[in-house]
Amino acid sequence: MNGGNGDGDLRIGVYVCHCGINIASMVDVEKVAERAAAMPHVVVARDYKYMCSDPGQQMIAQDVRNHRLNRIVVAACSPLLHEKTFRGAVERAGLNPFFFHMANIREHDAWVHENRDEATTKAIDLIRAAVRRVGHHKALERRTVSINPNVLVVGGGIAGIHAALKIADAGRRVYLVERELSIGGHMAKFDKTFPTLDCAACILTPKMSQVKDHPNITLWTYSEVAGVEGFVGNFKAKIRRKPRYIDEETCVGCLECIEACIFKEGKFPDEYNEGLSKRKPMYIPFPQAVPQVTAIDPETCLHFKTGKCKQPCVSVCDRKAIDFDQKERIEEIEVGAIVIGTGFQTFNPTDRLPQYGYKILDNVYTALEVERLVNSSGPTGGEVVLRDGSRPRAVGILHCIGSRDTKTNIWCSRVCCMYSLKLAHLVHERTKAEVYNFYIDMRAPGKGYEEFYNRLLEEGVHFIRGKVGGVTDWAMVPEEEGRLVIRVEDTLGGFVRRVPVDMVVLSTGLEPRADADDVRRTFNISCSTEGFFLERHPKLAPVETASDGIYLAGCCQAPKDIPDTVAQAGAAAAEALALIDRGEVELEPNTAYIDADECSGCKSCLSLCPYNAISFIEEKKKAEINEALCKGCGTCVAACPSGSIIQNLFEDDEIFSEIAEVLSDV
Amino acid sequence: MTDKPKVAFYWCASCGGCEESVVDLAEAILEVVQLVDIVFWPVAIDTKKADVERMADGSIAVSLINGAVRTSEQEEMAQLLRRKSQLVVAYGSCAQMGGIPALANQYSRERILRTVYEEVPTVDNPNKVRPQPDYVDDAQICVHLPEFRQRVRSLDQVVDVDYTLPGCPPTPKLLAEALHAILDGNLPPKGTVLAPDTALCDACPRKDSKPEDVGYTEFKRPHWTILDPEKCFLAQGVVCMGPATRSGCDAQCIRGNMPCTGCFGPTSRVHDQGAKIVSSICSSIAAEDSDGIESTLSGIPDPVGTFYRYGLSKCLLRGRVDAVDAARSSQEGTR
Repeated sequence: MNGGNGDGDLRIGVYVCHCGINIASMVDVEKVAERAAAMPHVVVARDYKYMCSDPGQQMIAQDVRNHRLNRIVVAACSPLLHEKTFRGAVERAGLNPFFFHMANIREHDAWVHENRDEATTKAIDLIRAAVRRVGHHKALERRTVSINPNVLVVGGGIAGIHAALKIADAGRRVYLVERELSIGGHMAKFDKTFPTLDCAACILTPKMSQVKDHPNITLWTYSEVAGVEGFVGNFKAKIRRKPRYIDEETCVGCLECIEACIFKEGKFPDEYNEGLSKRKPMYIPFPQAVPQVTAIDPETCLHFKTGKCKQPCVSVCDRKAIDFDQKERIEEIEVGAIVIGTGFQTFNPTDRLPQYGYKILDNVYTALEVERLVNSSGPTGGEVVLRDGSRPRAVGILHCIGSRDTKTNIWCSRVCCMYSLKLAHLVHERTKAEVYNFYIDMRAPGKGYEEFYNRLLEEGVHFIRGKVGGVTDWAMVPEEEGRLVIRVEDTLGGFVRRVPVDMVVLSTGLEPRADADDVRRTFNISCSTEGFFLERHPKLAPVETASDGIYLAGCCQAPKDIPDTVAQAGAAAAEALALIDRGEVELEPNTAYIDADECSGCKSCLSLCPYNAISFIEEKKKAEINEALCKGCGTCVAACPSGSIIQNLFEDDEIFSEIAEVLSDV
Repeated sequence: MTDKPKVAFYWCASCGGCEESVVDLAEAILEVVQLVDIVFWPVAIDTKKADVERMADGSIAVSLINGAVRTSEQEEMAQLLRRKSQLVVAYGSCAQMGGIPALANQYSRERILRTVYEEVPTVDNPNKVRPQPDYVDDAQICVHLPEFRQRVRSLDQVVDVDYTLPGCPPTPKLLAEALHAILDGNLPPKGTVLAPDTALCDACPRKDSKPEDVGYTEFKRPHWTILDPEKCFLAQGVVCMGPATRSGCDAQCIRGNMPCTGCFGPTSRVHDQGAKIVSSICSSIAAEDSDGIESTLSGIPDPVGTFYRYGLSKCLLRGRVDAVDAARSSQEGTR
């Protein structure tokens, strides 16, 4: 047992934190402490500038000794932030750490109110409830469980690749799961990277190969995480491996099957090239794909569509790697930590911003399409040409498409200004066309970014400050005939312009993937309002999530560029390794138990436990909880109709006393 | 008068079933009568309030009071008997937790009075006259009527209650056991409900037929379906309050092929019987989308009447008060 057992009379200490001025500016902390001192069983009540600081924690320890305190209430920030800190302080003071309760007077009070008197009253109410509750607290003990040293990395973009390599290099087993046929993600589609203009493929493909060859990495492409159970250190994941109809172990990537395919020419839009080129039903997403394994698209393959194909692919494959009967498989793995790097999708302007003419006017492109056009392995071999094959004489790049706009997405996508500059440079270089950038604000806050902007200014690229109103092919003067006209208010010049161009590039923003909510549910993590995954703390825990053992990397957390993504992926890898190297993890004692005498054996709880911790004992006709498996989710507690399941730290007496007190008029 | 312990029975807002249950002791009542003096029992013997008032405080050994408390008269009688008695027993579901009368707590006092005195089709009351607590008639005689309070309360919300005998009505067996315990001075701690503290499933003859995963896909009211006489009602999609209701009734309804409606109230560990069973049943609904859930729950057209049939006074959410009532009660002082 940890320290004192709190027997005898209740002697409560209450500590009101100023949190600098975070709390103190909206709550009269001195008055709150004064009122707390008069609450039942409260022996000491103090206010202090930073309770979480060393002197703050010392103060608690000293009072426990001097005043023989046996219950502690700290009124400060969210328990999410500092409950652990204060439990530690209480434990060091010689008390059981669970003889402690925290009242949140920052997020729940000071930060959300504008009236100081009301906020002060609310703080008093919250503390009164906590004081009442803490009297019901019982001494509890923590359990420890060992941590599985394997790590699951979800998403094979640059974030997932980097995190996987770091963890694997540290000697840990990594399962890297990628939904698409190849790893590489968005970065594999880029030609150059800003601001250094180094070749994306040159820096990415070696890392992709390393992943494939790494003895500690199990790479599963064309696979998705179907479900995750368990908890920090002990997750069980189900991975759905979709059929690509090619045996990955056998295929050597000679690509002869593609050559042999009954379709002589590509006929179906090539996803990798944003539909700007055609592929066959037998294909490989791009030449540097990892793994170098082809795939059959059952939606277009003649064999799957009609059953009447001569199957030249089969005859040409001397390794017999083609398997039309391949079925979906489920792999089950156990891991101790999970890194999520599921990335982003680019804003689709088709229906959401029709005024820019995307999919209506021929030569309006998204930036990602132009990335493919300028890429030497792209559909035009790096030639920037219009749909009719001609070279544009003038190109307009429209910034902030689907960013910084209450009608679409309110956030700044962070990378568009810079990639727009990069594309401006590349297009100008390749075509010698006049290039116009239409921007709201030029955001170049990274290392070497402002310099890159200055370089573009000197290269003769035009910059017009103004949000484009629309793109039209309706000519008003002869020089606009047959061209695209960009209508924009030039906010520096103070007049409305019509700029005729041949090509329009929409710098689309980054947004959460359409299925981010499903992913969030699978991993039991949270999203911020815009739908990006939520980090535990925006500053101090930027790669952790509220679920222990699950970390974030890259654009699934928020839009960011490649350097930031790699940095975050490295941080996520370090967090995962730090967790694993601990070897074991302490579990909260907030588990549930059943009093066998009270249970009526109604079975209401049995099927509800997500951790299969409850079993029905036939001889006694009662339910029983295996406390080692219980994770304290509380589902069975809520469902037990006779109130016979009790959860530590959430006993009815604790909760109802708290509610009753917070609602009582004093 | 003898030295035998004195016993009083009283009824507040109740149907009379509890009184019947005393008579249901049958021959055993003779034994009871030999052991005690029944000093007050309006339904059976001609004693008046004034008789009770004349008794010394604490001179009644035990008062068994049934019915919920709605009017000032019931409140006054409960307080009077409390003063005169050593023990007060809340007798039956209505005294325990409001019972059927407490379903009126779904409506405001004003709404009830308006309905009853103005809106019911058979009422002819063009001047919208309502009974007044004090009325002076033509002969200058002042007539007093009990006041109709804002809410229906359980007995323990009005006076201090020592023990509770649950049931609608309590079974003669429980009553006999309770009387013997009182007469023998063999009593559990104050506040105890004099029935087992496990849920009815524990004693249910159909217990084994409940599957581990009920996974409700639909609910049927008992009269919508032919009830299987062997199978757990919940497994048949019929709401049974058994899992959330104290045992001690010998599963009489179940044996009569009707689901438990919850009259014994919750176990000692549950604050709000209705909330608890709602929480439990909803946890096991198979559908996961809101349309599916809604369609499943459409089989419970009256959730309050189903889950709070006897327990609305003990609901953590208090009764409804509309704007008119709120204004009036702020003038009168809330009762």
